Amino acid sequence: MASLMRYGRPERFIVPVLILAGWEMFSRSGALPPALLPAPSAVAWAWADWIFNIDGNTQSYAGHWIFDVMASTWRVAAGFAIATILGVALGIAIGWSRLIEVTIEPTLQMLRPIPPVSWIPLAIIWFGIADKPAIFLVFLGAFFPILINTIHGVKTVDRNLIRAGAMVGGGQHQLLRFIVLPAAMPSIFAGLRISIGSAWMLTVTAEMVAVKSGVGYVLWDSYYFLRYDIVIAAMASIGLLGYLSDLLIRMISARVLRWQQGTTLSGSEG
Amino acid sequence: MATIEISGVSKIFKDAKRKSDVTALSNVDVTVKKNEFLCLLGPSGCGKSTLLNMIAGFDKPTAGTVKVDGQVVEAPGSDRGVVFQQANLMPWLPVWENVAFHLKMRGAMKAERREKAQLYINMVGLTGFENHFPSELSGGMNQRVGIARALLMNPGVILMDEPFGALDEQTRMDMQNELVRIWEEHKGTIVFVTHGIDEALTLGTHVAVMSARPGRIAELIHLDLPRPRDITSPRFNDVKRHILDLLRPSGAAHG
Ligand SMILES: Nc1ncnc2c1ncn2[C@@H]1O[C@H](COP(=O)(O)OP(=O)(O)OP(=O)(O)O)[C@@H](O)[C@H]1O
Ligand SMILES: [Mg+2]
Repeated sequence: MASLMRYGRPERFIVPVLILAGWEMFSRSGALPPALLPAPSAVAWAWADWIFNIDGNTQSYAGHWIFDVMASTWRVAAGFAIATILGVALGIAIGWSRLIEVTIEPTLQMLRPIPPVSWIPLAIIWFGIADKPAIFLVFLGAFFPILINTIHGVKTVDRNLIRAGAMVGGGQHQLLRFIVLPAAMPSIFAGLRISIGSAWMLTVTAEMVAVKSGVGYVLWDSYYFLRYDIVIAAMASIGLLGYLSDLLIRMISARVLRWQQGTTLSGSEG
Repeated sequence: MATIEISGVSKIFKDAKRKSDVTALSNVDVTVKKNEFLCLLGPSGCGKSTLLNMIAGFDKPTAGTVKVDGQVVEAPGSDRGVVFQQANLMPWLPVWENVAFHLKMRGAMKAERREKAQLYINMVGLTGFENHFPSELSGGMNQRVGIARALLMNPGVILMDEPFGALDEQTRMDMQNELVRIWEEHKGTIVFVTHGIDEALTLGTHVAVMSARPGRIAELIHLDLPRPRDITSPRFNDVKRHILDLLRPSGAAHG
């Protein structure tokens, strides 16, 4: 509800408009060579050509935006999906069973502090230069937040609900499926939202280094060609994609967790 | 033909942190026959919930045995329906899904669950709230959902832990009458925890008066008052006076 109400409010546009106007004026003032800080209008023009092939000013990228976006989105989706499945499954197992926890957790805790980007050399050696190293990196970045949040969610399930479930005749398997999993959902979604951010970050990083397609590759490639207008258009594209994927998760979450409406504090309105 | 046999049961809670053990129950013997309605009455902290939890199978006695239908209780099971002190509903499920949770565990189809749930939702007077979530209902309404959930399992034994504690006086009386009606109609053995003397005397065929520290049964009283019970009748008040006398010397009677 609150997010719907926000759309009706014009004051949310004030700060972005001011920033864009100031930036446009600064770029045109000639304080810096225009190539170093392209004006928003120049960025918009380059972006439009990248998308629609208007006058071909972005050369080989012209009209190619949708393919770059799909390439990046596919890597994010694949890595994120694998991370979600493994993270939730393993998280539930670790959170539920003390035996599994002591067997697996120490190893995972040792791997966790290693920054995913530091896996890039190994990822290239193992998977070559294509989709796979990027998917692998996305998986690494998304996996741990999902895992940790799922474990937390499972461990904090109200013991009385488990009792109630056992009382109505649930076995171990049913308790996990019908009580532990739904009760852990709020935590799991918190993990998913953290992970989707890392997922985009790592896709772009991988594309800059180890892949020859996608928005991250365009960003790095146009940097070599001194096309900072395209660099900024690529940055904006990544921001947009990140925002949209977070929005998607929030929408799914609002649906799955609609029982929480009214029970949690979701920010004051005004 | 005893349904519940509790013999020589003691329960000691070990407190590792404070190094002080709590003797919640000490050498309790009580038998509940089939179709009896036993009320456990006693001051707060005398071990009523502890005793009930052991019959439910959530807890094991430190000494002694708890048997239901001749079997030593090892774990919870749907032969014993429990209505908890807090409703303990699944917050992510609407009322009807909570009521039919037992059927969900057994893999029943949605249509069957919905139909069966409606029966019990009507019985506890929640018609019209089928699709509400527990967070959208009052505490007393949630408690009734918990009652419907236990009744739907059609268990031989129903264990209730102060189920009407959260209700206002009027609703409580309605629910008490309703419970007696359901019990007379469907039969079944009920153990009902309460600290209200009037409530115990209104409902039970038997009242086990408990005393605290250590928890034990001071006296098991058989009630042969006619139903519906008249809480103003002289016989009712005779029993009530007797129970008050039992509770008074314990010192913690009104805890
Ligand atoms: N899990 C536990 N660990 C330690 N002590 C406990 C535990 N459960 C109960 N006790 C203790 O056992 C005693 C009996 O508790 P119990 O909950 O059975 O009381 P009760 O008769 O149900 O009280 P009330 O009417 O307030 O619900 C109390 O002194 C309590 O502190
Ligand atoms: Mg209690």
